[in-house]
Order: sequence, then C-alpha cells, then structure tokens
Amino acid sequence: MAEEIVKIGKNKKSTILQMVKEILPDGGNLNACLTCGACSSGCPATGLEGMDARKFLRMAALGMDEEILKSNWPWMCTMCQRCIYVCPMKIDIPQLIFNIRAMRPREERPKGILESCNMALKNDTLSAMGTTEEDFQFVVEDVLGEYQEAQPEFADMEAPIDKEGAEFFLNQNSREPVTEPDEMVPLWKILHLAGVNWTYGSKGWAGENYCMFIADNDAWKHMVQVKADMVHKLGAKTYLNTE
Amino acid sequence: MQDPCQIVRKSFGDKIAEDLRFAVKACVGEENFIDMVPNKSNNYCCGGGGGFLQSGFKEQRLEYGRIKDQQIKATGADYCIAGCHNCHAQIHELSEHYGGHYPVVHFWTILCLALGILGPNERTYLGDDLKEVNVFHPETAM
Repeated sequence: MAEEIVKIGKNKKSTILQMVKEILPDGGNLNACLTCGACSSGCPATGLEGMDARKFLRMAALGMDEEILKSNWPWMCTMCQRCIYVCPMKIDIPQLIFNIRAMRPREERPKGILESCNMALKNDTLSAMGTTEEDFQFVVEDVLGEYQEAQPEFADMEAPIDKEGAEFFLNQNSREPVTEPDEMVPLWKILHLAGVNWTYGSKGWAGENYCMFIADNDAWKHMVQVKADMVHKLGAKTYLNTE
Repeated sequence: MQDPCQIVRKSFGDKIAEDLRFAVKACVGEENFIDMVPNKSNNYCCGGGGGFLQSGFKEQRLEYGRIKDQQIKATGADYCIAGCHNCHAQIHELSEHYGGHYPVVHFWTILCLALGILGPNERTYLGDDLKEVNVFHPETAM
C-alpha cells in the first residue's frame, strides 16, 4: 500500500521508461505486463523496503524515476531471474534492475561490492581479496605438496597453474586459498580420479566478479577480457566456473 | 539440495538440475535424498547472489533468505548441499540465524566422503554425525 498519494506528472521525460521499453521482448510494449503478479509472488525480495517486482515495474512504467533511483531495493534483488522465468510476457525485470544499479553514481553504490570490485581491478588475478599471483601460487603448491605426502594415494595429483593445452580452465573463489585452503583439495581429488586435464591460470583465476554486481560495465568487461585472454593463451577448451 | 540460480535457471536449465540430483543420489542413496519445494528451475534464490552478501544490507538479506530456510526445514533433511559458493555462504548463515543448525556442505565434500577419500582436514562443514565417518588418513588430522 502506498503511504502517500502518487501524482504522475504529465510532461515528465523518463529515461527509465525508455529503458523499460528497450528491454521488452520483440513486439512487446509496456502494456504487455498483465500485472498478474507472478513475478512478485515467487520472489523472496517481495516486501523488502515496501517494494516488489510488479510494483517496481509499474513505477518505471509510470515514470517515477526519482523514487526508483532513491530506492535501495535494486541492491536487494539478486537478479536471479525467477520473475522472468515465470512471466507470461517475458518482461526482463532483472535487466531493468541491473540498468538501474548502473544509473547510481559509482561512488554511491554499496561500499562492500564497490570495494570488492575495485580490489579486483588492482591486479590481473582479479581476486576481490587482493590475492596476488605469487601468493596464489605459493598456497596452491604448498597445499598440494602437503597432501601428496600425507595421502600417498594422491602422490600424483596435480593442481597446475598455467598448464598449456589443458581441456579445462578452472577458476577458484578467493575465499579458499585465503581463508580455508584445505577446502580446495576435495575438488582436486575428484578431478584427479576422473582423469581430467585441467589448469588454473596465474592471471584471471579468481571466480568472483563483483564488478558485474556493481553494474560497472567497463570493469566487468575488463575482468571477462583478462580471463578470456588467459584461457586462449593456454589453449584451454572450456572455462569451468565453480561459482 | 539447493539449485543454484546461476547454474540451473540462468544457464543450463532442468537438465543440469537432474544431473546434480543423479550425482547426489549416487552419493547419499536414493532413499536419503529429499527435494525441497519448489525445485529445479522453479526453486527460489537463497539471497546470496547478485552481490547481496557484500552489499551491507544484512538484515534484508536474512529476511530474503527466510523462505529458503523454511523450504529446507520442511524437507526434514539433516543436510543441505549447496553447489555454489555464494549459496553455501548464505544458507550456512541462514541455518545459524534461524536456529535450524543443519549443516550446509559443498557437493565436493559429499562426493569425496562417498568415495572414501575425504581426509580429516577437509571436513569443516560436516556435522558431528559425519565428522568421524570413513575418515581418509585419520593420522594426518591437524
């Protein structure tokens, strides 16, 4: 329920409205929203900040740009796409959310995500925790050596970095090498037993991508580019994402 | 088990959700797998995605996850398997916050446990009931 009466200006030029129109499926228009509420009824973010997906879309359609941009709700929608999955008209609300995130001045976006993105831009490992190539290599080799010795059945197990011609380029969330390195091992064991030919990359190994979440397209593109370049350089066929 | 949005709904669909179930059932036994409702592509996001874990809106994030916690509790299962890093962190916190205290484990943990190759130092997220079960090289405990 709205707490105050909403007055719709007649001559408001809405950029968000334009944006909504552009992301509608081919041949659709704003009237394509049936206001059925399937989006909101299956969305865990419904009710947070007094907002829900249907309401948000209606606000955009009504040109309430100011109210939309003030809301923190776009940072509470995870863009999980359940709404578009069930939408009979396939209206892309998650894309709308992403674009609205991008409309907020960069420095005013949530600090935690922003700082993780900024940290990832500092070196080509892309680690949001700032882990360098040297530190990553040290941890991986150290842990691997320990396990090869302690569990002789895995004496031949590998955890290669920059191996050329591997089938899979495996990424790694920074949390394990930094805070719980033993948690890297079970996956290594599985890949070893399955005879999988894989490698990490000294550059682009970090799996997390907060630049995407912060809706910084240039930074996001940079991250994907660094990863893609490394995968191509090593000649790996598949980028394997553990996220 | 949680269906990670990124892997299931957003990337490979119900097909990979079926594959995940095949692999999980092979590890824990058909009779020990209980699906939550709704599931696969219709499953709910846990609230760990989209940067929510880092955005600073903790109270709202836990409220978002309330429905996930209820889905898991409704199964009566002892464990929740999370096949995604963000899901693992979020559901683990939900388990503590809402008092369910069900262990939340990565799939690699369960697979290695079933294969008998899970060492004593790779069991951080197992509950007490499985901590000592089928330990690979127990003498290497640290």
